[in-house]
Amino acid sequence: MRKVACIGAGMTLFWRRLQETGKEMCWEAASMALDQAGLTLKDIDMVVLGSAPDAFDGIHMKGENLLDGAGGAKKPYMRVFTGGGTAVFTPIAAWWHIASGLANKVLVLCEEKMSSVFPHPQSAFGHIWDPILDRPLKPNLVWIFAMEMNRYMTKHGIKKEDIARIAVKNKRNAVDHPCAQLPDPNITVEDVLNSEVMAWPVQRLDISPPSDGASALVKTSEKVAKKVSDDIAWVEGTGWCIDKTMWTCRDLVFPEYVARAAKQAYRMAKIDNPRKQIHVAEPYDPFDYKECHHTEGLLLCDKGKAPSMTKEGITYRDGDLPICPSGGLLGVGNPIAATMGIKAGEIYWQLTQQAGKRQVKNDPEVGVCQAWGDLMQYGSVLVMRRG
Amino acid sequence: MSERIKHWPGKRLSSKELTGGKVTTTSTDPKVKYAWACGEAISRFLEELKNGKLIGRKCNSCNQILFPPRMFCEDCFTPTNEWVYVKDTGTIETYSISYLDTDARRIKDPIYVGVLSVDGASEKQGIMHYFGEVTPKTIKIGMKVKAVWKPKKDREGAITDIKYWRPLRRGEK
Repeated sequence: MRKVACIGAGMTLFWRRLQETGKEMCWEAASMALDQAGLTLKDIDMVVLGSAPDAFDGIHMKGENLLDGAGGAKKPYMRVFTGGGTAVFTPIAAWWHIASGLANKVLVLCEEKMSSVFPHPQSAFGHIWDPILDRPLKPNLVWIFAMEMNRYMTKHGIKKEDIARIAVKNKRNAVDHPCAQLPDPNITVEDVLNSEVMAWPVQRLDISPPSDGASALVKTSEKVAKKVSDDIAWVEGTGWCIDKTMWTCRDLVFPEYVARAAKQAYRMAKIDNPRKQIHVAEPYDPFDYKECHHTEGLLLCDKGKAPSMTKEGITYRDGDLPICPSGGLLGVGNPIAATMGIKAGEIYWQLTQQAGKRQVKNDPEVGVCQAWGDLMQYGSVLVMRRG
Repeated sequence: MSERIKHWPGKRLSSKELTGGKVTTTSTDPKVKYAWACGEAISRFLEELKNGKLIGRKCNSCNQILFPPRMFCEDCFTPTNEWVYVKDTGTIETYSISYLDTDARRIKDPIYVGVLSVDGASEKQGIMHYFGEVTPKTIKIGMKVKAVWKPKKDREGAITDIKYWRPLRRGEK
């Protein structure tokens, strides 16, 4: 397989409602990433677009609808979709375009517009459930996360305040992100614990907000990258895995599917001790407990020990293993697929020392990002190394 | 470049601006209807609910009793082999106390909902359902529960033929 480089990233503001159409958001993000890479659309061989459920935009086959904004017209173009996992799966799909030798320059786009469905995207989420066994019970999507969070906390004996600390860290980190929707420089653990109970144990400040947004990356072969860019991060490992459809028959305590995806990516990246060899991580954090769940799935700590990493200060930007230095979904926002900008995009910016106020202090050489989706069952993992 | 990028695109709108005619919008209210065939395993499962019984399928390859039933075992990737009745008692694997209804509207009386594994099926074979006759203080992971069925005349072959699962009483099986 050929070496693959990331040489540019871009993203729009994340916000509950943006005026731009999906196409316009894509075009904005794509233009930024191309500018940074020093390329134009004419240089691009192939385009990969990621976007999560069509039901939010209300446009079936939205890959086709977004095509022009993604720069895909008259080029080999595909849309990928693995639910929330799309945010990291899309750059993985772009990687295989280049690693295989098929393409040298690929534009990667991720888009989500969750404001189109109103009053709340929840009414669209209702259609993801099994129509025979689940839907007659009129489920709300928050329920399954609450069930998973409760099982995780109960089995490991974790206190809510230790999980709330993750929300505080990320919302405070987001203050330094120019695109952030929910930054809060003054938020405290008490604020999280006193916020409205939605579906216990999930409270309002445990949850990331629905958002509109788009993000983009430019990936190239080694030869192209070395010719056109001084800001290179190499894609070193990729992994993806999914658990069974019967979610009521799953473990829910440990995301084995994330661990399998991580092992695939680490093997490829020749990482045998991730706790020492990974210097910055962006696990998917749509809920505060999910950052813990995924940190454990990424094998960055023992099972049930992720909350204590934040308690001990390890996961802050000046800690030994900064986690979600971007501010994460909890702070910057959750336009599902478009969170690529704060996962793969953030790792790219961190490794190339372009993260500005968000720059972590440990001079990171290797970073990992991960996304999670479908019905709590999908893990996608990407490892990058600075050029 | 995060530090070097000067402009982050996007025009932020408030809810009022979007829905109050301040910006140009267009809208639709789709009416799409579906009817799902339930397949062999789940059709039998739903028919049995009318009789107040729960049924699973046994896989002779791994010896698991799968519940809800399926015609193939997703672990062995082989056909399942026999119908097996399981009990209408089980264990709470996890739960939530929800103050949100299906459309994220706030509700005062919470819904107790969770995953339970069913006695007589293999480990971790279970369904999502409601719990009742519990309070935030009494409901626990690991609690033994029993199905509370709708009266026979009201059952329609749906998962809601069970109203909810209540704590198993002392001496009850």
